[in-house]
Amino acid sequence: MDAKGKVLRYGDNIDTDVIIPARYLNSSDPKELAKHCMEDLDVNFLEKLNKGDIVVADKNFGCGSSREHAPICIKAAGVSCVIAKSFARIFYRNSINIGFPILECEDAVNDAKNGHELQVDFKTGIIKNITLGKEYKAQPFPEFMIKIIENDGLINCVEKGLF
Amino acid sequence: MSKNAMTMTQKILAAHAGLDYVTEGQLITGNLDLVLGNDVTTPVAINEFNRLGLTKVFDKNKIAIVPDHFTPNKDIKSAEHCKLVREFAKKMEIVNYFEVGEMGIEHVLIPEKGLVISGDVVIGADSHTCTYGALGAFSTGVGSTDMAVGMATGKAWFKVPEAIKFELTGKFKKWVSGKDLILHIIGMIGVDGALYKSMEFTGEGVKSLSIDERFTVSNMAIEAGAKNGIFPVDDVTLNYIKGRTEREPKIFVADEDAKYSAVYNIDLGDIKSTVSFPHLPDNTRTIDKVGDVTIDQVVIGSCTNGRMEDLRIAASILKDKKVKKGIRVIILPGTQKIFLQAMEEGLAKIFVEAGAVFSTPTCGPCLGGHMGILAKGERAISTTNRNFVGRMGHPESEVYLASPAVAAASALAGKIISPEEV
Repeated sequence: MDAKGKVLRYGDNIDTDVIIPARYLNSSDPKELAKHCMEDLDVNFLEKLNKGDIVVADKNFGCGSSREHAPICIKAAGVSCVIAKSFARIFYRNSINIGFPILECEDAVNDAKNGHELQVDFKTGIIKNITLGKEYKAQPFPEFMIKIIENDGLINCVEKGLF
Repeated sequence: MSKNAMTMTQKILAAHAGLDYVTEGQLITGNLDLVLGNDVTTPVAINEFNRLGLTKVFDKNKIAIVPDHFTPNKDIKSAEHCKLVREFAKKMEIVNYFEVGEMGIEHVLIPEKGLVISGDVVIGADSHTCTYGALGAFSTGVGSTDMAVGMATGKAWFKVPEAIKFELTGKFKKWVSGKDLILHIIGMIGVDGALYKSMEFTGEGVKSLSIDERFTVSNMAIEAGAKNGIFPVDDVTLNYIKGRTEREPKIFVADEDAKYSAVYNIDLGDIKSTVSFPHLPDNTRTIDKVGDVTIDQVVIGSCTNGRMEDLRIAASILKDKKVKKGIRVIILPGTQKIFLQAMEEGLAKIFVEAGAVFSTPTCGPCLGGHMGILAKGERAISTTNRNFVGRMGHPESEVYLASPAVAAASALAGKIISPEEV
């Protein structure tokens, strides 16, 4: 389980209203939501994004509303993971619950710049910045959360009697 | 410090996980007293729930669905969402589904109906579910998958939070209210100042806070990143709950030697009217430092400030006056019951005569849904809870958060002013 892609770099407190504005929440279709991913933060986001790219942000990523539409649209847009210094708690649990990997790693975030090539191993939490030739270790997930991510979400865990 | 000391939140979580003791960082599975959703989050939850192939929810009495965000239906897509939710509620025989006409803004309605009481554990697929901490319950916002799993199993996973203690003393000065307190706190600790943590409000100052003010304070705990914001249970709480339910409130008290990551002492008498400037709730200024900010729209209402006391304060300022020509003033009561009471007390008449609109309950403008969207470059002062980029409309519009008193006074002046200037 790993990801490789280039960095799309953002700042502090990226809130769910800019990740997916409420004016689009009259849809719950991931493909439809993905068309407006990050629209109020960066109108060129989807143009810059190649499938598998990695969003890197500073602290408190995903603050604000509980809308699961936020990680859903980021995942559906083709982002492979989000790395931040910290995540807002509802965004954090929503990402885990839908099996979308997110990592907290301050050092990797501090060094990452737009366009850098990153490689992430989710199991070990090792993040490699290929452009800089540097390696970092993210906070490892507790076993409970690894189980949810490996089963591609909490619903699958419930289905298999794992929750 | 004894080994087993717990915060109020930790005690409630331990009781619902069937454990004698829990500690910060521990992952637990807790039994839920209520699972809540709205018209935006429930459709996603229904998709997930249906994947499980179940024909029943875990308990049809312990789920509440309140279509309040884009209702009365703002467009065809929203109408389809509401239809999906309505049909699901009917099929699953969900007792507490509230249709337009009986509904209200979920976090005003749920306590009003007695669906949450002290000691409960509640999850809601809406970030402002933390509101019920005002009643001494553990309640927290989650996403749609959590709602789906909650509806299926009656359980949710939690990471036990550590807590920040806010020790309150004294009493507010005139025109200062719970909204000013919570904006002051968010300004002080920042939008991630309580990330992953509980905010526990204690001290002799608590007793001077009305239940409506406590709802306002707990409601915005999420704006500091908190998992929950909780008040101790006292006579004010018990008087509010009385007669709303047959269930018995359970009172949990933090251990005296419970561990807190920080303790703040706040004299309520020192708090001034406070305004959050764009585009984060922690960008606060006291009213004397606001400067000259002209406005185009005023919104009074929401799950933060759409309760009787909020409307009474606004009416006391707007009575026998006219809002500034050219300013749009939108007043939204939190529930049908509050709407009716506002009519009976003559508040609705005051608002309409002042030149405001008095609308049916809806989240509408707070999240830029409908009923008061801002155009490019426009500014609103609002008693709601968020002022992020584009929150109330165009990405280049601005929202200033304030109390009902400041919002009503500003409606008369066409710019942000203190109620003392009226």
